[in-house]
Amino acid sequence: MSDPITRPVVGTPRESVDPAAVEEKREGTLPRGLDRLGERKRARLEQLAQATADKGGVSLVRDAFRRLRRNPTAIVGASIVALFILVAIFAPLLAPHDPAQRFDELTKNLTVDNIPGASSEFPLGSDPLGRDFLSRMIHGSRQTLFVGVLATLIGLALGVLIGAIAGAFGGWVDNILMRFTDVMLALPALLLAISLVAMASRSSQWTVILAVAIVNVPIFARLLRGSMLAQRESDHVLAARALGVKQGSIVLRHMLPNAMTAVIVQATLTLSTAILEAASLSFLGLGDPDINRAEWGLMLGVDGQRYFEVRPELAYYPAVAIIVVALGFTLLGEGMREAIDPKSRR
Amino acid sequence: MQASRLKAAVALAAAAALAVGASGCAKSERDDDSGGAKTGGTFVFAGAGNPKNFDPIFNDDGESFRPIRQMYDTLVQNKPGTADLQGALAESWEHDPEGKVWTFKLRKNVKFHDGTPFNAAAVCFNFDRWFNMKGAAAQSQMIYYSDVFGGFAKNEAEGVGEPVYNKCEAKDDGTAVVTMNRYKGAFPGAFALTALSIASPEALKKYDADTVKQNGDSFEYSAFANEHPVGTGPFTFGGWDKAKGEITLNRNPDYWGEKAKVDKLVIKVIEDENTRKQELRAGTVQGIDFPAPADRKALSGEGFQVLDRPAFNILYLGFNQKNPKLKDLRVRQAIAYALNRQQLVQTKGPGGTKVADEFMPDTVLGYAQDVQKYDYNVDKAKQLLKEAGAENLTLNFYYPTDVSRPYMPNPQEIFTVLANDLQAVGIKVNGVARPWNGGYKDDVQQFGKHDLHILGWTGDYNDPGNFVGTFFGRAKVEFGDQAMTEMFDAITKADATVDEAGKKAAWEQVNRDIAAKWLPAVPVWHAPPAIVVTKDVKGLVASPLTDERFNTVSVG
Amino acid sequence: MLRVIVRRLLQLVVTLIGLSALVFVWLRNLPGGPIEALLGERATPERRALLVKALGYDQPILVQYAKFMQRLLTGDFGNSIRSGDPVTEVIGRAFPATIELAAAAMIIAIGLGVPLGYLAARHRGRLLDNLSIAGTLLGISIPIFFLGYLLKDVFTQNMHWFPPSGRISTGVDNTDVTGFFVLDGLLTREFDAAGDALWHLILPALTLATIPLAVIVRITRASVLDVLNEDFVRTAEAKGLRHKTIRGRHILRNALLPVVTTIGLQTGALLSGAVLTERVYNWGGLGTLIYNSISGGRDYPVLQALILLAALVFVVVNLLVDLSYAFIDPRVRVR
Repeated sequence: MSDPITRPVVGTPRESVDPAAVEEKREGTLPRGLDRLGERKRARLEQLAQATADKGGVSLVRDAFRRLRRNPTAIVGASIVALFILVAIFAPLLAPHDPAQRFDELTKNLTVDNIPGASSEFPLGSDPLGRDFLSRMIHGSRQTLFVGVLATLIGLALGVLIGAIAGAFGGWVDNILMRFTDVMLALPALLLAISLVAMASRSSQWTVILAVAIVNVPIFARLLRGSMLAQRESDHVLAARALGVKQGSIVLRHMLPNAMTAVIVQATLTLSTAILEAASLSFLGLGDPDINRAEWGLMLGVDGQRYFEVRPELAYYPAVAIIVVALGFTLLGEGMREAIDPKSRR
Repeated sequence: MQASRLKAAVALAAAAALAVGASGCAKSERDDDSGGAKTGGTFVFAGAGNPKNFDPIFNDDGESFRPIRQMYDTLVQNKPGTADLQGALAESWEHDPEGKVWTFKLRKNVKFHDGTPFNAAAVCFNFDRWFNMKGAAAQSQMIYYSDVFGGFAKNEAEGVGEPVYNKCEAKDDGTAVVTMNRYKGAFPGAFALTALSIASPEALKKYDADTVKQNGDSFEYSAFANEHPVGTGPFTFGGWDKAKGEITLNRNPDYWGEKAKVDKLVIKVIEDENTRKQELRAGTVQGIDFPAPADRKALSGEGFQVLDRPAFNILYLGFNQKNPKLKDLRVRQAIAYALNRQQLVQTKGPGGTKVADEFMPDTVLGYAQDVQKYDYNVDKAKQLLKEAGAENLTLNFYYPTDVSRPYMPNPQEIFTVLANDLQAVGIKVNGVARPWNGGYKDDVQQFGKHDLHILGWTGDYNDPGNFVGTFFGRAKVEFGDQAMTEMFDAITKADATVDEAGKKAAWEQVNRDIAAKWLPAVPVWHAPPAIVVTKDVKGLVASPLTDERFNTVSVG
Repeated sequence: MLRVIVRRLLQLVVTLIGLSALVFVWLRNLPGGPIEALLGERATPERRALLVKALGYDQPILVQYAKFMQRLLTGDFGNSIRSGDPVTEVIGRAFPATIELAAAAMIIAIGLGVPLGYLAARHRGRLLDNLSIAGTLLGISIPIFFLGYLLKDVFTQNMHWFPPSGRISTGVDNTDVTGFFVLDGLLTREFDAAGDALWHLILPALTLATIPLAVIVRITRASVLDVLNEDFVRTAEAKGLRHKTIRGRHILRNALLPVVTTIGLQTGALLSGAVLTERVYNWGGLGTLIYNSISGGRDYPVLQALILLAALVFVVVNLLVDLSYAFIDPRVRVR
C-alpha cells in the first residue's frame, strides 16, 4: 500500500532542488518532533499549501480552471471520475438485478468449486453465493464511492478543523496540535489503519471508513495550517486586519476559502488511496464483515482471493475497476495541482 | 571526488540489481536439475499452524498433536481411518461391571526413546503426574485432562467437584490397574486421546516437565516440552527450527510396531491455505492439511490424492433462550424449518458434507435413526411464527470472522446464507460480526449478548457425551443459561450407563427428545475436512479424528 | 553530532514509556484476548476463571502494568501467547526477515528507479518517457496484494520460475548468523543456501518494490528536469563540458537530494507494503507477525513490543536519513 503522503510529492519537486531552500524550510518548521520523517512529509504539504496562498481571490480559480480544461491528463482523469460517479448514482437503474438476491438459476449449479459463468440473463455470471455478479459490480461503484468519499470527507473535516485552529491561533495551540499530527504522520499508513481496525471493539463498514479517515487527518491538518500560515502575512489578510475586521471573520471569510483549494486537490488524490486502503484492509480480513454489501475492495480482497482458481473473474473485474478509478482520481488530482501551481507543470 | 563517489554508489546499486536478476536465472536453472532428484527418505508435510510445545498433557490443538502423535503412543488408539479402538501400548483392557476399575495388559519389550523401559510403573507415573499437577498455570493448560478427569489432587480452580481419577497401581510389570471414583461414558475412548500419551518418566523428571511458569500474558514450558520430548512413538524428536517453521522428526529404528518407512519426517508450518496448496504444486511439500474446500476438485484433477476424513464434527445454529420469544419452542422450530440446509450444504459445503439431523455424526453410538426432522418448509415456518405471535421478530445473529474451522470453513458465507433464509420467512436479522479471538466466543459463551449464533465442534473420541454432553449437559450462557433440568438429567443418566445396550438406548432417546422437545439449537451440517498428498505418497490413512500416523507413509 | 544522538535517545525513552502505558491499558480493555484465544470452543466458566487467575488478570491493572514495566527493565518483554517463545526471540527472528525483504525491494527500486527516471527526463516527451509515466501511474494505482497474487500465479504456478513462499527451501542447511539468510550464506560460504535464499527473495522483493519504484522514477525524472533547466547546467553546456561530466557532477548530484528524501519517506510505505507482501508470500517477517498477533490470537506481549519497536525504528531511520543528508550536501546541518 502506498503511503498517501508520498503522492503529493510527485509533481512538486521544485522545493527540494535548491538545497538552500530546503534548509530554510527546515529552519522554519519545528525541529524537535518525534522524528524527522513527518517533518519532510510536512515540507511537501506546505509546498502545496504555499501554491494557493500566494495569490488569493477568484481569478486564481478561474485561471486554474482554464488551465485544467486544456490539460489532457486532467481531462482523462475527470472523465473516469465522472463516469464512475454517474454509474454510482444511477446504479439501481443500471443494475439488472438486486445485488443481494440469490437466484435459483444460479444456486442450482453452485458449489464451492463451481461458480456458474456468464449467461444471457446474468452477463457476468454468478458470485460465490449465487447472486448476480454484474449487478454487484455496478452497485459496488456506489459502495466504493461511499467508502472513499466518506473516509476522505471525515479525514478532511477533522484535518481542516485541527489545521484551521492551529493555523488561526498559532502559539502553543499550534505547537500541541502539530506535535500530535507529527506523530501520526510518522506511522506507516496501513499499519495505523490496521491497528485502528484491530483495536476497535466492533468491526463494521464504519471502522474501515474511520480508520482510513484518521490516517488522512494529519495530512489535511498540515496542509491547511501551512496554507493559513502563509496567508497570515499576505496582502489581503493584512488589508482586512488594517480595516479592523475581526479575527474570526478573517479566518472564516478570507483565509479559509483560499486555503481550501489546496485541500480539495489533496482530497482528490486521497480518494484514490482511500479506495486502495479499504481494499487492503479487506484482503487482511479486517474489512467490512458484511459480505452482503457489494464493495469492490471487499469483493477483490475476500471473494477474489478465495475463489481465484475457481473463477478468476471474481478478482479481475473488481481489481480493474479499482485500478481505473484510483488512476482517475490520481490523474484528476495531479491535473488540478498543476493547474493551481503552473510552475510544477512538466 | 564526491561526484565519483556518487557514481560509484550508483554503479554499485546497478550491479546489485543485475546480480539479483542474474542469480535468479541461475537458481531457476538449478532447480530444474534438482527437480528430478529423489528426496530420499524424507516426507515433508505442511501443517496449518505452530505447535505450542511437545508435552502432550499441556496441549489441546491439532497442530501440536500432529508431531506429538508421531513421537508418543497412548494406551489404546483409534483404528486407522475410524474412531473405533484397538490396542496400542496396552494390548488389551477390561473394566469391572461398575466401570470403575480399569485393567490394562501392557505390551512387552517396549522402550522409550531414551532407552528406559515402558512398563506399568511408567503408566502409573504418568497418571499420577497428571493428577498431582500443581499450580494454576499448569492446571489451566491441561484442558483434556480436566475434560476427562474433572479435577486434580489439589484443585486451583473453584467449583470443579470430585475428581474422577482415584489411583493407579502397577500389579506387575505388564499390568496397570487404574481406579476411578465413578464411571464416565468417556472411557475407554478417552484413553486414546493424544493429550493422554505416555511419556518417559526418566525424561519427565530429568527435564523438569512439571514446571509451567507464568510470564506476563503467557506460559513458559519446560525443557522437556520444548527440546526433549521422549515417548515410545515411531519417530524421535529431531528439532524445531522456528525461523524456518520446520519440525524435524527422525525414524525410530526400535519402534515396537510398524517401523516408519521414511527416514525423516518434516512438518512445515504454513498458515495460509493458498500457500500450502502452491507449495504442494511446487513439489516442496508432499502433503498438506486442510486444503481450501474450493481447491479440492482442482487438486484431485491435477493428480494429487485428496483424502476426505470421515466427518466427525457438527456445525449448529444456537438459540439464546434469554430472549423470551426464543423460549417458545414453536419459534425455535419455525427457525429450523426456515433454514434451507440442503441448499447450504450443496452450495457452500466442502465436498461430502451432509445435512445434520442430530448433534453427532451417525458413526457415534446412540445415534437415533428416527428423530424428528426439520426439512425446509417456508409455509410451516411462517405458520409456526404466527401461532407463537412472533411475526415481527427481530434477532441479533452473531457470527465470527477471522477464523476457519474444519466444521465452518467460511463463517461469513454461512451466516449470509442462513440470514437470507430467515429473512425469507419474515424474521428481521441484525447480523453482528465479531473476530473469533476478539470477542466472539466471549460475547456468545460468557456474556450471552446474542439471540442466534453459529458454532460447532470436532469430536475427540467416539462417545455421545463428547458431543451432546458437551453442548447440552449443563446450563450454559450460550443457550440462555436455562434450567432445562429434564434434559440435563437425561444426559447425566445416559452418560453414567455402563452397559452398552442400555447406553445406546439412553442416548438414542436423548437425541430424539432434543430434536422434538428441547431443540436448544439446530444442527446444520457435518463437513468432512480433507488432507492432500502427492501421487507417489502411499500408506496415509485419513482419520475422522485427524489422528494420522506417518509411520505407514512412504514416498516415491 | 553526538549530542544530537544522545538527545534523540532521551526523547525516545520518554516517548516509549508513555506509549507503553497507553498501549498496555488499551489492549487490556479490548474485547476478547489471550484467554479467549487459549480456550477455543472449550471454554467453561471454571476454566476461564482458572486462566484469569493463572495469568494474573484478576489483579488491578496498575499492578499488572507495574509488573510489566519491572520485567521490561530487565529486557524481558514476556512470552508470545501464540508460540510461547520470548517476545524478543520472536521479533528477533522476524525483524531480519523484513529488513532483508525491504532492503532487497529498496535496492530494486533505487537500482531501476534512478536510471529510469534519469533516462525518462533526458528523453522527455518521447516513447520511453511516456511509457515510464504510464507505468508509474499504474504502479501506484494497483492494489499491491493483487499484484502479488498475479506475479505469484504467473511465475510460481504457471512458469515455475520461483518458489511460491517462504525464505529458504526445506532441507537446505543454513547457518544462522545474522538472520539475513542471503548474507548468512555468503558469510559462512554456504553459497547454495545464499542462492536459495536469494531465489526465494526475488518475487516478494519485486512486489514490494512496485510503489517505491514508481515514486522514485517520478521523483528522479521531475528532479532531473528541474536541474536541467537550472542556469548552472546551461552554463556548463555552453562551456562545452563533456556530457558525462555534466551528468555526473552537475545533474545527478543536485537531482539526487530529493531522491534521498523520498527513500526516507518510502521506509514507512515499505513497512505498510510489507504486511501485504509478506501475507501473500508467507514471508516470516514483521508483517506476518503483526497480522498473526492481531487476528490470530490477540498476542498482547508481541503487539506491545512491536509498537514500541516501531517507534524506535522511526527515530533511528530518521537520524540516518538526516546523516545521509549531511553526507550528500554539507550545507545541510543536522540539528
